[in-house]
Amino acid sequence: MTTPFLSVRDLTVDFHTEDGVVHAVDGLSFDVEKGTTLGIVGESGSGKSVTNLAILGLHNPAHSRITGEITLDGDELVRAPKSQLERLRGNKVAMIFQDPLTSLSPYHSVGRQIGETFRKHTGASRKEARDRAVEMLRRVGIPHAQTRVDDYPHQFSGGMRQRVMIAMALVCDPDLLIADEPTTALDVTVQAQIIDLLKDLQQQFGTAIILITHDLGVVAGAAHEVLVMYAGRAVERGTVREVLGSPRHPYTWGLLSSMPRLHAPVDVPLVPVRGTPPSLINVPPGCPFHPRCDFQALAGPDMCRGERPELSPHRGHGDACYLTPAQKQDIFIEQIKEHL
Amino acid sequence: MSEPLLEMSGLTKHFPIMGGLIVKRQVAQVHAVDGVDLTVHAGESVGLVGESGCGKSTTGRLAARLLEPTAGTVRYRGRDIAHSSRRELKPIRPEIQMIFQDPYSSLNPRQTVGGIIRGPMEVNGIAPPGGRNARVRELLEIVGLNPEHYNRFPHEFSGGQRQRIGIARALALEPKLIIADEPVSALDVSIQAQVVNLLQALQRDLGIAFLFIAHDLAIVRHFSQRVAVMYLGKIVEVADRDSLYERPRHPYTHALLSAVPEADVTAEPRERIRLAGDVPSPIDPPSGCRFRTRCWKAQDRCATEEPPLVRLQGNRDGHLTACHFPEDPTSHGGNVILDPALQH
Repeated sequence: MTTPFLSVRDLTVDFHTEDGVVHAVDGLSFDVEKGTTLGIVGESGSGKSVTNLAILGLHNPAHSRITGEITLDGDELVRAPKSQLERLRGNKVAMIFQDPLTSLSPYHSVGRQIGETFRKHTGASRKEARDRAVEMLRRVGIPHAQTRVDDYPHQFSGGMRQRVMIAMALVCDPDLLIADEPTTALDVTVQAQIIDLLKDLQQQFGTAIILITHDLGVVAGAAHEVLVMYAGRAVERGTVREVLGSPRHPYTWGLLSSMPRLHAPVDVPLVPVRGTPPSLINVPPGCPFHPRCDFQALAGPDMCRGERPELSPHRGHGDACYLTPAQKQDIFIEQIKEHL
Repeated sequence: MSEPLLEMSGLTKHFPIMGGLIVKRQVAQVHAVDGVDLTVHAGESVGLVGESGCGKSTTGRLAARLLEPTAGTVRYRGRDIAHSSRRELKPIRPEIQMIFQDPYSSLNPRQTVGGIIRGPMEVNGIAPPGGRNARVRELLEIVGLNPEHYNRFPHEFSGGQRQRIGIARALALEPKLIIADEPVSALDVSIQAQVVNLLQALQRDLGIAFLFIAHDLAIVRHFSQRVAVMYLGKIVEVADRDSLYERPRHPYTHALLSAVPEADVTAEPRERIRLAGDVPSPIDPPSGCRFRTRCWKAQDRCATEEPPLVRLQGNRDGHLTACHFPEDPTSHGGNVILDPALQH
């Protein structure tokens, strides 16, 4: 069997703080293949962003402890030296952040910022870098790219700035693009443009994309596979159709039934998940979701507080829950489906 | 229909932009709200949707008379309060309350929860039977918080719980109208539903009218009986919920609805309308129809003549649209791709 393009195994990220150790990511494993998009969904503090900063090696080693394995195209990244990571970043792996205004430098023209990455990795001349920047701006749909290349970030609107970010991320034709909430700060009509643009560019260049978002609608429209995270762990994984069409984990049920829909009957009430997400310093033992779960009694006495459930089955559509497959199917059909 | 509680007509707010090196003078103005007509009836929930910068929050603040309009009228229970003084507004203030978007910056971090909720009663000199503290506990209970927590500070609560504190504060004076400006957009999905359900229960049980301002069309559809769509300071379409979502007539409403990402994987693929570019600047809005610069149906007439907000043929009573070339509600328009990056 071939190894996946990106493979993350048993990734754990802990941060040492004055209040105690924050278990931001705890034993996370997933794969991403070339030309596909993995959507990572979860609420704030579920470990989505921390996972991806770990892939890029952007955590300060003085404050964090990272264990596990991250393999990108055969290279191991967790224990890689700084110089190797620097060669990868911007070249083979690139990232798009949520807020394009704070992640672009206000003092440099966008052309120079796009060209800088290109020059660093290819040793191109100033002139070549500028031409490349114009080409990239054109590719992401910025009108009058030839003149806009000398403009500064404040001269662009929010949606156009996000396009500049995408141009900057794609300038070296990376194999893996990590997009951390790329459309959260944008309006819906602009969000739709950006999502379509990412899909379009992926089809042309076969880039692997990790799309981090809290919006299940964005995942449904843009991703092939989904990983649902809760309190630093994966609770469900599968294709978009599997996870959103026949979800198995009670937390995924909760997310889906608390979302208002545009085409559902209006009188269907929203069913929120009760309570609030746990503190990552004191993660509940066993299944971290059990204090908010309505179905833990069905799994048998104290099952959910005991041993931590693992994703099963290992491949394909898996979920981390002690309910039997028959129980999950019954609950989904009888209680959940009517709310979707 | 019942008598209108709040009636805004021709409502306009322009913010001056000052410039000049030595003598500051007005060099331009932001046309934040430009002639908005909107009515809220008692006990009704009206949704106001639009993208950032379209003037929906300014409209909310004008409705609450936190801002004074440049022109136009705001009638509250028949009385024009557009230019009323603080003294004249005082008896009305308790009846119109606001819920803000950010549960972090809208609560005073140095005040206890009890103090925050008691505040409006103290300012207005209201002494409920049983005392203010008893009323605070009652309010905490109504919004689903532990009444024993009145002595805690806002930082001890999560985002969703803080938003509940803001709601309790808005309820303290038994308002008739609540203006909720993006009340759930800062919250996580699972918490959003808790707060939406709470607001819905309040509207139903206490008969409070809502002006619900949000950018999320699905939440507005869930919460409002009537919905108005704003674009660059103007209302482009207003209708009862079903008409607006099932039979939108304005191209912008149509584009907005088709852009909402949906989590339903079994549904038929929808038509794609992808506009080019972003919303133009409200400092110098386009002439005629303001949407024409992004509209695929725009013709010469749209640049010269501003379309009035009127009832179009075939529309239900109360469904008003401001467009010269409205969408046909009976036929499927097909995809419209204006974005240059997506055309190939």
